Amino acid sequence: MSAAGTLPPDERRLGAGAPIQDTRGDKIALACIYTALALFCLAILYPIVYVLSASVSDTHKVSAGQVWLWPVGFTLDAYKAIFDYDAIVSSFGNSVFYAVAGALVATVLTLLAAYPLSRKGLPGKGIIMAAFVFTMMFSGGLIPTYLVVDQLGLLNTRWAMILPTALAVWNVIITRTYFMVTIPEELVEAGKVDGCSDFGFFWRIVLPLSKPIIAVNLLFYAVGQWNSFFNALIYLTNEHLFPLQVVLRQILIQSKVDPSQMPDTSKLAQLKELQQQLKYSLIVIGMIPPLLVYPFVQKHFVKGAMIGSLKG
Amino acid sequence: MTTTETDARSSVRSAAHKRTRVAKSRVGLGLRIRRNWQLYAMLALPLIWLAVFAYWPMYGVIIAFKDYNVVSGIWGSPWAGMKYFERFVESYQFWKLIKNTIYLHVYELVATFPLPILLALFLNTVRKKWFSRSAQLITYAPHFISTVVVVGLVVVLTNPNTGVANKFIGLFGFGPVDIMGDAGMFRHIYVWSGAWQTMGFAAIIYLAALTSVPPELHEAAIVDGASRLRRMWHIDLPAIVPVAVILLILNIGSILSVGFEKVLLMQNNLNLDTAEVIDTYVYKIGLASAVPQFSYATAIGLFRSVIGLVLLVLANTFARRFAKSSLW
Repeated sequence: MSAAGTLPPDERRLGAGAPIQDTRGDKIALACIYTALALFCLAILYPIVYVLSASVSDTHKVSAGQVWLWPVGFTLDAYKAIFDYDAIVSSFGNSVFYAVAGALVATVLTLLAAYPLSRKGLPGKGIIMAAFVFTMMFSGGLIPTYLVVDQLGLLNTRWAMILPTALAVWNVIITRTYFMVTIPEELVEAGKVDGCSDFGFFWRIVLPLSKPIIAVNLLFYAVGQWNSFFNALIYLTNEHLFPLQVVLRQILIQSKVDPSQMPDTSKLAQLKELQQQLKYSLIVIGMIPPLLVYPFVQKHFVKGAMIGSLKG
Repeated sequence: MTTTETDARSSVRSAAHKRTRVAKSRVGLGLRIRRNWQLYAMLALPLIWLAVFAYWPMYGVIIAFKDYNVVSGIWGSPWAGMKYFERFVESYQFWKLIKNTIYLHVYELVATFPLPILLALFLNTVRKKWFSRSAQLITYAPHFISTVVVVGLVVVLTNPNTGVANKFIGLFGFGPVDIMGDAGMFRHIYVWSGAWQTMGFAAIIYLAALTSVPPELHEAAIVDGASRLRRMWHIDLPAIVPVAVILLILNIGSILSVGFEKVLLMQNNLNLDTAEVIDTYVYKIGLASAVPQFSYATAIGLFRSVIGLVLLVLANTFARRFAKSSLW
C-alpha cells in the first residue's frame, strides 16, 4: 500500500508544506492524461517537422522514402528554386501588403464601431448592434456580394482584397466587450465634466488604455488576410495582384508550374527535378510567417478569445 | 393595517419612480442624439461598410426570383418567381448535394466536437506548468496555418509516389494508394485534417470556462475522497456544458455551410462524388463556369441560408427549453 493511502485525506492536504499525494488510481489517471497529451502534441508536430526536414533534404532521398524525421543529404536547393520563381516572390510581397493594409483598415473600422456601441444610453444602440449581429446569421451569399464588388468597380483591384471582408462582426463584439470592461462609466463622466469631447476622450483616453485589444485585432486581421485565398480567387484575374496563397494553391494542390515564371531557362530542367522539393519548401514558406508571429501574441489571442467568451 | 402600510410604501416608491422617469425624459431623445453626435460620427464609417458589403448583397438576393441579366440590372430584370428554386429541387444534383453536405458536416461534428472538450479537461488537470504551457503552444499552432497550406500538406504527404503516408503503409506491404483521388477517403481526410488544425484552438474557449470553477469545489471533493476522474466528471465537465451547448447551436445553424474553402481546395475530378457540396456547386455554376448562371446560383445560395437560419432558430429554441442555455 502506498504511503499516501495510509494517511487520512485531510492530513494529506494539510500536512505543512507537504505536496498533495495522489492515490494509486489518480496516479494512473494522471499518467494516462500526460501520455495522451504528449501523443497528441507529437501528432501535431510530426507533419510540420517532416515537411521542414524534407524541404532541406536531397530530392531523391525524399522520393525514395529515406526521410522519416531528420533531413537526409542536407541541401538548400529547394529554397533557391523559390527565389528563381517570379510569381512566388511577387505574390509574397502582395500578401505582405494585403496583410498590413487589410489589418489597418479593418482595425480602424472595428474600433470605430465598437467604442460607440460600448457606451451606455446611446439612443439606437440596440438596433445598430442587432444590425451587426444579424449579418453573422444571414448573408446575401456569394453571387450578390460578387455583383456588388463588380458594380463598385473593385474587381481586379487591390481594394477587392481588403474591403469586402474588412470588418469581422465577431471582433466588434470582442472589442466592445473589452471597452465595457476596461472603460468604467465614471471615467466617461469625469471626462465630460472636464469638458472633453467624445472624439477627444476616445483619442486621448480610450486608445491608450486599449493597446492589448488593438494588438489582438491587428493580428487577427493580419493573419486572416495572410491566410485568405478565396477573395483573390473570385475577385482577381490579374496575376500581378495575386497573393501568395493563390500561387501556393497552383503549385501545391494543382501541380501547376508555369515555365514562363522562370526567367533563367537553364534552370528549367533543374526545376522539374525540384518540383516535388519545391512543394515542401513552399509549405514551409507559407507556414512560417504566421507561426513566427504567433508565440509572441499567443497570450493576447487567448485573452481575446476569453474576453469574447465572457459575453458569449 | 399591513395593507395600508404596503400601499403607502408602494405609493412612495412609484412617486420616486415617476421622479426619475421625469428626470430622464427631461433630456429629450432629440437632445440626447445631438449630444452624442460625435459617437454617431464614429459609427458612420462602419455603418457605411455594413450597408454596402452586408446589406446591399442582401437586397441583391432578389435576383434569385428574377431572370437576372447584366444589362437590365437587378431591378430591371424580369421576375421569374420560384422558377429557380423549383429547378434546383427537381435537379438530379439536389439529393446528392444535400446528402454530401449534411453527411460531411454531421461526421465532422460528431467526430471533432468532443475532442477540444477532452483536450481542455486534460490540459486543466495537468499540474506541471511547463508541460501545459508547451502543450498549448503546440496544439494552438496549426490554427494559424492557412487552409491552402494544410490541404497542400495533405496532398504532398499522401502523394502516391513520394508521400510519407504511402511509404509508411508500404512498410506493412500495402501498395501505394492515391488517397486524395479516392472518393471514399475524402470525408475522412477532410474531417481529421480539420481536427488536426482546429482542435487546439477550439479548446481555448473551454479552458476559459474552466477558469471559472472555484478551487474550493475541488478541495472539498478531495477531502471527500473523490478521485481525479470523478472530479473531472462532476466538477469540470458541468462548468463546460453551457459553452458547449452554445457552440453546438452555432454548429447546427451552419449545417449546410461546411468549410467551403477547404472542400473546394480538396476537390478533384476523382472525388467529386462525395466532395461536391452546396456551396462549391454555387461557386461553380455561378462564378467558375463559362456561362455564369447568376440567378440560379443565388437561388441555391438563398435556399441554403434560409434553411441554416431556420435550423439555428430551432436549435436555439430547443436548447433554451431543455439545456437552459441559449444564444438569445
